[in-house]
Amino acid sequence: MTQHIKLAPAGTPQAGRFDWGKLFLGLPTIFWFVCLIVVPLVMTLILSFASRDAYGRIIYEWSFQNYIRFMDPLYLQILWRSFYLGLFTVIICLLIGYPLAYFIARSPKNLKPLFLMLVIAPFWINLLIRAYGWMILLRYEGIINIFLRRIGLIEEPLQLMYNDGAVLVGLVYVFLQFMVLPLFATIDKMDWTLLESAQDLGAKPFHTFRHITLPLTLPGIIGGSILTFVPAFGSFIIPRILGGSNSIMIGNIIETQIKTARNWPFASASAVILIVTALLGMLIYVKFSGRSLMGGD
Amino acid sequence: MTGKNSWPFKIYIMLIFAFLYLPVVVLVLFSFNESPIIGVWSGFSLRWYESLIGNRAVVSAAKNSLIVSLSATTAATFIGTTTALLMERKGGFRGKKTMDPMLYMPLMVPEVVFAISLLTVFTLVGIRLSFLTLILGHVAFITAFVIVTIRVRLAGTDRSLEEAAMDLGANEWKTFWHITFPILLPGIIGGALLGFAISLEDFVITFFTAGPGSSTLPLWIWGTLRRGISPDINALSTIMVLVSVSVVIIAQLINRKKL
Repeated sequence: MTQHIKLAPAGTPQAGRFDWGKLFLGLPTIFWFVCLIVVPLVMTLILSFASRDAYGRIIYEWSFQNYIRFMDPLYLQILWRSFYLGLFTVIICLLIGYPLAYFIARSPKNLKPLFLMLVIAPFWINLLIRAYGWMILLRYEGIINIFLRRIGLIEEPLQLMYNDGAVLVGLVYVFLQFMVLPLFATIDKMDWTLLESAQDLGAKPFHTFRHITLPLTLPGIIGGSILTFVPAFGSFIIPRILGGSNSIMIGNIIETQIKTARNWPFASASAVILIVTALLGMLIYVKFSGRSLMGGD
Repeated sequence: MTGKNSWPFKIYIMLIFAFLYLPVVVLVLFSFNESPIIGVWSGFSLRWYESLIGNRAVVSAAKNSLIVSLSATTAATFIGTTTALLMERKGGFRGKKTMDPMLYMPLMVPEVVFAISLLTVFTLVGIRLSFLTLILGHVAFITAFVIVTIRVRLAGTDRSLEEAAMDLGANEWKTFWHITFPILLPGIIGGALLGFAISLEDFVITFFTAGPGSSTLPLWIWGTLRRGISPDINALSTIMVLVSVSVVIIAQLINRKKL
């Protein structure tokens, strides 16, 4: 970067003049970043301290009342459910994603792009459609119940939908790629000769994994976990379609407060709580994993 | 490389692939079912596709989806390219270090939070929900993805070509147009296709920022889903799956050809 700066003005007569190019490049960025990202998020933060009148109009009187209202056990229970569903999503995605990423990284060079493509392709399908696919499988008259009855395993159909399990299946299904891709990136880059020398020196497979593979792929595990946790924790489509009213998550509170209750300040406070909880969770996680995100990269 | 995969490992991997594709296969299969009952196969038929073509709500939603995604992608690609150049090529500017990680905020903030923030701003500023707000919402969301894609390309390129052009007396604009841009083009196209695919399938941002009359395909699916499952959704989903997967395959082919 510095080399380029030194080189450019030397040959050009405009040295020292105002850089119009920089301004031209900067304007779209400023528009996007300031108007469409920073201002909206800041407004949400401000609005979370406001209140509303009986008609849903916003009253600009500042207080913590929305946050105090959220401390109700009803909402705290939903927050807790979102947290543990997010956490279980990460754990299951790791259990599925790590062997999968490992398998792809170890497969022959000419097959690698194909396997990678096969894993990524479902990710390009609309999230609603993927949730709908699970609905067809899991519902009361769904494919799984039909199948289980036909082979005589059950007499009455099982209630597979509208519980935490169904939401978990859906969350793992739609966010798995966020785990597999960072894992694949680190496993693929790994120095395999280290593994071979460990084996040559007589290390048992578990020891090799524990002391070489795991530390080397830790950045991928951390990155993948964060990328998976945040959208799972904040999801509202999956719990809405597969969980119904039994497995409400924090995203659903926000949705109902905006769309039906018309209490925007409370929705904003819920959004702030969602972000802060997610950030705290990630900070604790990164610290616990013993490496900073930046350092791991 | 170390030895062959063991059998239990292979079976585990096959089960994972089955998990990945079971819902999609079932969905596609029953879009060709004669009977409206999903789960009972009664023969091959294209009747659900025919009923889609005759459904005016679906056709208009498809049109809206295309308009929104094409406009948003165009804007996001422009912003993404200038931002990537600004961050990678244009020396330093004050606050660059602070701004760098913040550019990826939209990727880290849960989408629902992002969506209601946009809704809040549009309402407080007094812009009525319409196509405009919907497109702006999509631009806000997909630009970060475009930036990432282009920056990866830009960071991976050799800067000596640009320096050579400058040394030979080409000005900045000429250098950009004849050297940087052609090198960058696959990255720009890749970023644009990625942005387009994300925009086309987006539901959350759309759900909160679309006005009356700007219903897109995902919104139609959502509305229909609330009345229960229907083979119409299967047929539409199958078409959408085909479209998304083709966009991604085209993106892959372009990337491979130019590299």
